[in-house]
Amino acid sequence: MYCTFGSVIGKSAQIFILIKKDLLLEWRQKYAFYGVLLYVGSTVLVIYTGFLHREERVWNAMFWITQLFITVNTIAKSFLQDSPGRMLYYQSTVSARIYILSKLAYNLMLMLVMSVLSLGLFLAFLGNPLINPALYLGMVCLGGISLSMMFTMLAAISAKAGQNAALMVIMGFPMVIPALIVLVNASATAFQPGYQPGLFRLVLILGCLDLLSISLSLILFPFLWKN
Amino acid sequence: MLLILRGIPVGLLGNFKAFKRYSGMKKNWWKVLCVILLMYTIIGGFLMPVPALYILHETIRNIYFHVSMWFAMMVVLVVSCINAIRYLAHPGTMKYDIISAEAAYVGLLFGALGLITGSIWAKNTWGQYWSNDPKELCALIAWLVYLAYVVLRNSVVDLDKRARISAVYNVFAFVLLFPFLFVIPRLTDSLHPGNGGNPGFSAYDVDNNIRKVLYAAWIGWSLLAVWILELRIRIRQIEIKQIFHE
Repeated sequence: MYCTFGSVIGKSAQIFILIKKDLLLEWRQKYAFYGVLLYVGSTVLVIYTGFLHREERVWNAMFWITQLFITVNTIAKSFLQDSPGRMLYYQSTVSARIYILSKLAYNLMLMLVMSVLSLGLFLAFLGNPLINPALYLGMVCLGGISLSMMFTMLAAISAKAGQNAALMVIMGFPMVIPALIVLVNASATAFQPGYQPGLFRLVLILGCLDLLSISLSLILFPFLWKN
Repeated sequence: MLLILRGIPVGLLGNFKAFKRYSGMKKNWWKVLCVILLMYTIIGGFLMPVPALYILHETIRNIYFHVSMWFAMMVVLVVSCINAIRYLAHPGTMKYDIISAEAAYVGLLFGALGLITGSIWAKNTWGQYWSNDPKELCALIAWLVYLAYVVLRNSVVDLDKRARISAVYNVFAFVLLFPFLFVIPRLTDSLHPGNGGNPGFSAYDVDNNIRKVLYAAWIGWSLLAVWILELRIRIRQIEIKQIFHE
């Protein structure tokens, strides 16, 4: 990519316009917002009726499973809501990398908000077993970023294959299990007092994963984009 | 899966005839090498001395089969990923797509064999077929990811589109998954050797007696995987020719 100052400004303006369009659509439909309420509500109900919320490990595991479903629900829509005709319009106006960057940025923002929202709902309905809430909040944000980065590209692939969210789930669930293992282990440290020595390494691994999935998306999306 | 299993005896018999027909040693020496190495692996693996270790005892001989399956799987999956990249670099070249897809199928076969040999070994040493060990989990995840690859391929009808989309997924999954699969078991406790404080085989257990067979087994099984792959590619090419009535 050629990089003059003017072109950088122009490109970031394009990205901002695309993000603003997605945000406006979400604000008008509130699809992701009600999806989160639904998933968290039903999960909380299941945990409550099973008297599972007294155990910290179950609380933690349930939270991350809910996060996984929230991610699928939130991100599956990001490419499906653009109809083929509208995609053709984007293809004629912006480059593939600009488009995927805007989608990544929008999904990241959306997932951060939804993750914090679902954590708030969990704390409100199931009590607060956390000893180190700040650490847990940090892990939740990191988890939201990682999940959204991995699923964005998968959503693009499944949308291009002309399939609904089911294919994205089939492709995505095996791939995010390693990330979820790291997240569950790392966030479990927020239930214990004191300094956790292995935490930094886990965070580093998640950071590397995010960088890898962003760069892979940037490299591979142009191949999906053209018809 | 059934297709893969059906492909082996058909392929092996067919190729034996072809081998006899022109016995071109220049081209096919590696197939002879494969058979010799595998014969050596099976005979030597069961008969040659192995270190007498507590708990493992004679089951240690499974190392020639279990570990080799993963080695062969990795070889064909690397082939699959490289050919996916080659397809993306040269769009429309169906040959690369065929190689990439068939390599993934063969990888699935060897992954399944690795899981089966591993769980038989686990039953005899750890006491149960499946113990949710991180490495078992990672192997299963890798297998499921490539199963999803097959699902993705079958969900797209258009040949060119299928090739492009599955190549993108192939590269994405391979690059994102495999570093991770090698990192995760090292972070958590595992029953496998070399993890969570357990000593690795290489440190104490792989003595020179095992090495004599192990390296031959790795090369032999990998060659067999490539051989199966080659036959499957040829079968696919014939099928595609029939589709296009060439």
